[in-house]
Amino acid sequence: MLLLSLAYQSLRHRKLTSALTVFSIALSVALLVGVELVRMGARESFSHTISQTDLIVGARGGSLQLLLYAVFRMGSATNNITYESYRQFAEHPAVEWTIPYSLGDSHRGFRVVGTTGDFYTRYRFRRDRRIEFTAGHAPENVFQVAIGSDVAAALGYRLGDAVTLTHGVSSGRGILDHEDRPFKICGILQRTATPVDRSLYVPLEGMEAMHLDWGDGAPPLPGEATPASKIHKEDMKIKQITAFLLRAKSRIDTLRLQREINTNEPEALMAVIPGVALGELWRTIGYAEDALAVVTVFVLVVGLLGMLVSLYTSLNERRREMAILRAIGAGPRNIVFLLVAESGLLALAGTVLGVALVYGLTWLSQPAVEHHFGLFLPVVAPTPTGWAYMSAVVVAGLLIGFVPAVKAYRNALADGLGIRL
Amino acid sequence: MRVTNTTGTAMQLDVVRFAYRKGREVLRIPNLTISAGERLFIFGPSGSGKTTLLGLLAGVLRAGSGAVTVLGRDLTAMKPAERDAFRGAHIGYIFQLFNLIPYLDVLDNIVLPCRLSAERRRRLNGASLEAAARRVAEHLGIGALMRENVARLSVGQQQRVAAARSLIGTPEIVIADEPTSSLDHDHREKFIELLFSECREAGSTLIFVSHDRTLMPLFDRCVSLPDINEAA
Repeated sequence: MLLLSLAYQSLRHRKLTSALTVFSIALSVALLVGVELVRMGARESFSHTISQTDLIVGARGGSLQLLLYAVFRMGSATNNITYESYRQFAEHPAVEWTIPYSLGDSHRGFRVVGTTGDFYTRYRFRRDRRIEFTAGHAPENVFQVAIGSDVAAALGYRLGDAVTLTHGVSSGRGILDHEDRPFKICGILQRTATPVDRSLYVPLEGMEAMHLDWGDGAPPLPGEATPASKIHKEDMKIKQITAFLLRAKSRIDTLRLQREINTNEPEALMAVIPGVALGELWRTIGYAEDALAVVTVFVLVVGLLGMLVSLYTSLNERRREMAILRAIGAGPRNIVFLLVAESGLLALAGTVLGVALVYGLTWLSQPAVEHHFGLFLPVVAPTPTGWAYMSAVVVAGLLIGFVPAVKAYRNALADGLGIRL
Repeated sequence: MRVTNTTGTAMQLDVVRFAYRKGREVLRIPNLTISAGERLFIFGPSGSGKTTLLGLLAGVLRAGSGAVTVLGRDLTAMKPAERDAFRGAHIGYIFQLFNLIPYLDVLDNIVLPCRLSAERRRRLNGASLEAAARRVAEHLGIGALMRENVARLSVGQQQRVAAARSLIGTPEIVIADEPTSSLDHDHREKFIELLFSECREAGSTLIFVSHDRTLMPLFDRCVSLPDINEAA
């Protein structure tokens, strides 16, 4: 107890050096814990890019590919699925709801998604958040379009603007624009910080109407196309979609439904569980976070080495102090304890300050980070990994304390009570 | 535990040899006996092994051969940790200069030995640490400085604080290594008087080392280290 209080008072006596040391350790700890927190938040946010959907269904192919085009609007499907197959499962007794997606067209680099009203009412992300509008409403007519917030921001569109969709996926002006059948913007979605923001949403019928009179993947000859004014929603017959999201009535049915879809005859379908597929995807892109973790560990090592340097260089000026302690009955072991206690206290103070720093900052920046990066940083008690990091810092501090302590031990034995100035 | 009595022997060195490095003997003392309650003056030029001798007597250094008997116990037979504890309990030590822990105030410096050694604390006979420190500080004329930062004290005041620390808990033996060589003449005499009266009151044996032979007449007995050290 006496030695601990001596250690504390000695550190207080060297205020500036101690404060700087504590601060440098605090910064490294904050970085370490902060990276862990961001990592957790990123994984959490990523796995909740889509919520409450039990199965994603598309034509048989790669599960990753399905996830990419259905959720992330990346890549494209090799095959479509027939509307009949879709209806078969949409009306399945174990299914609560479905959201159909018809993909394949774009607008100036942004994907166009044909869907139904269910998308606006059923779709969930980040556990229980739903689609909302900053302006306007969901499309009601064939040639109405709702746009994601990124689309609105990037292209500067407002309600009532007319947009021309492009056949196929291309950035900029496409080769085959559906110029004869422009869409009118009726709604702008609120920012979700998910891939939802990067798409335009038209009714399934609109998707069908665009391609009316097309044959063999080529547009109708001039004059042969049905004028847009004569196209009505109820006349449109939907033949195929690209994928659909599915919610089962009970979670227990999910696996059974998945098997049923995967073995569907005659059309070859595939269903993936989003959580599983997202987890697989995360593992393939998770190397970046490991690299980040390695860098932070090095930062921490530098912080601890700073402490070592400051303690070690203070030893020479403290030889007198050690001789005095020896004279009043302190053994070399007490000297070792004193120095180890000092570095332990520095590491502990640095860790506590660092954790306070990172939690304070997280708490302050949480809303802004979530809005801009779609990254939800949870202010929760540290994970076991977090605790392990913190303990490791304190233990490393104690271990490092042994370096100057052993030096002081040798000094103490060599100096005895001798006066070395 | 009061190990000493005023008529016995406080310390005894028998055929003691000591070398820091093999083959380079610093001390070889056939015999040195110090009576309990004695005020002994040991003198010798710099480099004659004074500090080494004190290290042996205090149990910081261990004799290569021979016996160093302090208060009836042979220090050479003890383990290092036992010698440290023994020193903390029975010996007060004053250095020439820079005696004080810079980050403790006067009071905390004085009570340090009692906080480190439980046995030394028991010798206060139930008085609180602060009361005991105040008492000895009053006697040494530094009673008003108890909460001072030691860096603000004059050298003379610092040496008195060091004396107070060596005397608290009335140790049987007080060892002073050139405690007055940084003081001017007037302070020197006054300091030694105070040290004497405190040691007398506590019944402590005082071993005083210096190269300043003008102080010799003040002591009961004087020993020239080069005379008793056969290695010199």
